Amino acid sequence: MKTQNGMTLIVKTVTRITVWIIVLYGFYIILHGHLTPGGGFGGGVIIALALLNVLLAFGRKFTEKWLHIGFLEKLESSSALLILVLALAGIWAGGSFLANFLNTGTLFDLFSAGTLPIYNILIGIKVAMSLFLVVWVLAGLKFEQGEE
Amino acid sequence: MPVETWLYFIFGFMILGSIVALEMKDILSAIIAIGVVGLGASIAFLLLQAPDLAIVQFLFEIFALIILVRAFTRKENHVQDPSGMNKFIVGLTVLSLLAILYFSLPVFENLPAFGAPKMTVADFYLQNGAKDTGAANLVASVILDYRAYDTLGEITILFTAILGSLTILRMKNRSKKEGEQE
Repeated sequence: MKTQNGMTLIVKTVTRITVWIIVLYGFYIILHGHLTPGGGFGGGVIIALALLNVLLAFGRKFTEKWLHIGFLEKLESSSALLILVLALAGIWAGGSFLANFLNTGTLFDLFSAGTLPIYNILIGIKVAMSLFLVVWVLAGLKFEQGEE
Repeated sequence: MPVETWLYFIFGFMILGSIVALEMKDILSAIIAIGVVGLGASIAFLLLQAPDLAIVQFLFEIFALIILVRAFTRKENHVQDPSGMNKFIVGLTVLSLLAILYFSLPVFENLPAFGAPKMTVADFYLQNGAKDTGAANLVASVILDYRAYDTLGEITILFTAILGSLTILRMKNRSKKEGEQE
């Protein structure tokens, strides 16, 4: 079937270049979440769409080898766990659950706002991995049904 | 032109798009017509000066479109069922909806004016948000500091949804493979 081998050479070559630009833009949105519009959710969806681009262009076999799907699942679960750990660290350091206990720094700096950027990064990883994995599982199901 | 005029225009466009999506025979055209609704909502958020929401709405719309196109254009068995429309039920539905609209009109008269909310908590965030959290983006300071429980809940919902779908869909695949081996 076509989906196993991916699309044509033109699409593959274009994807090879553009995927990194899209991923970079996603990281930019996540890292500047406390300064500009966007944040963990928006940037995570951008990264998930970039990975989805790879899946559509290169097909299932290549993506499974290149991305190590099992590793993505562990990343997804561990980011959720780390959010909880960071929230519990608020009790220990700041006095309340989910407290912003780090130094807030100066306004408009990249390294400012205490724990907010860390939450943003973790939420970004979580959203990106979970959305991509949902599409991955759904696409696999459709493929096997079509084969029968 | 004021924002309200643009909003009326966009909302009318979205209603038109959803009607077109309902009436379209071809499923790909219907999916694209649904896309009008989501992208219109994204532009409406942008006009209401909520770029955070606009970005997320726009991206999720693209995501949903890709999933819908992948899911529904392959299958050939999406034939419309013609026997589902009963004239009596349709008339009853339209009449009851009109009645609900008529009786809910006094509610709209009691609403606060556009852009003038009755809650004063937003003012507190605007004045103290940057000082308290050090974040220039006040939306981030609200969703990750003042209302972080809400974000934690969202993360939990996402985690549970992905856990469930991974488990259930994987299980089907596995049982199929085992059946083939036997």
